[in-house]
Amino acid sequence: MKLLINGTPHELPAHATLADAVAHLGIAPPFAAAINLQFVPNTQYHQTPLHQADRIDLIAPVTGG
Amino acid sequence: MNTPSTEDTLLLYGQAFASRLLLGTSRYPSPTVLQAAVERAQPAMLTASLRRQNLSPGEAAPNHFWAMLREMNIPVLPNTAGCHSMQEAITTAHMAREVFATPWLKLELIGDDYTLQPDTLNLVEAASRLIKDGFKVLPYCTEDLVLCQRLVDVGCQAIMPWAAPIGTGKGPINPYALRTLRERLSVPMLVDAGLGLPSHACQVMEWGFDGVLLNTAVAQALDPVRMAGAFANAVQAGRAAFLAGAMPEHHSAQPSTPVLGTPFWHQT
Repeated sequence: MKLLINGTPHELPAHATLADAVAHLGIAPPFAAAINLQFVPNTQYHQTPLHQADRIDLIAPVTGG
Repeated sequence: MNTPSTEDTLLLYGQAFASRLLLGTSRYPSPTVLQAAVERAQPAMLTASLRRQNLSPGEAAPNHFWAMLREMNIPVLPNTAGCHSMQEAITTAHMAREVFATPWLKLELIGDDYTLQPDTLNLVEAASRLIKDGFKVLPYCTEDLVLCQRLVDVGCQAIMPWAAPIGTGKGPINPYALRTLRERLSVPMLVDAGLGLPSHACQVMEWGFDGVLLNTAVAQALDPVRMAGAFANAVQAGRAAFLAGAMPEHHSAQPSTPVLGTPFWHQT
């Protein structure tokens, strides 16, 4: 299936979960995830199925004011 | 040296902080300078943010900022900078709570990109929802009295009115409204955004504000480390002056040297 991760198109197998998307990018903690603007706790990644055209955001600490 | 009493701690949501200066972590010339500025200022909290990691598969790199933040061991105040809708702000807040493992939140909900003015119409509802979700919300707001009252009404135990638009360094552009706000509301108030000089920080502290949050004024100074120290001193001086109570202002001159016994008085 096709989806957007941090605004970039990616292709993942059907029935992939959020954990698969995280593994696909190889992101290391610390980060947090949201799908279609809804926060997903890190304990839920394996139980959270992805769907065609989902918009996934994986965000990490940066400097801020 | 006239230092504030050690009992004069800043209380936010019942938690005591030794410093009344909060410092941002952006726009420094280098991470080393940031770290040195933090060491000099000894701030109560450091602000931080969250952004997308744009990686190709397998490109993950260590997060040096995260490592530095942990090493500095100062409480982190995550922000929701750049959020333009209530849902964006709420989702970002939850993500920040998980990453930074803290309920503290600088709630930023931007309503205008040019001035970075907060979206005052939706800020109150966003704050209300986040407080119900267990966040300790410090809302970045304007100096509007009624807005600030509403933020307190929904449970904000401290608020952060701006002095001027973010990054302008103009200092308090609406002293009347800020001072009125200080007179009308009793919750802790930190002046956030728009300060450029230590004298600005000292001024708002003299007016009775409880602290200041700075970033650009320190980070973009020629010598950020020295400026961090200058701001820390200014905040302490302003607080001490507020506690000391200023003399009443007079319209006309009042000689400080006694007039009685003045030599040659009316002899010419």
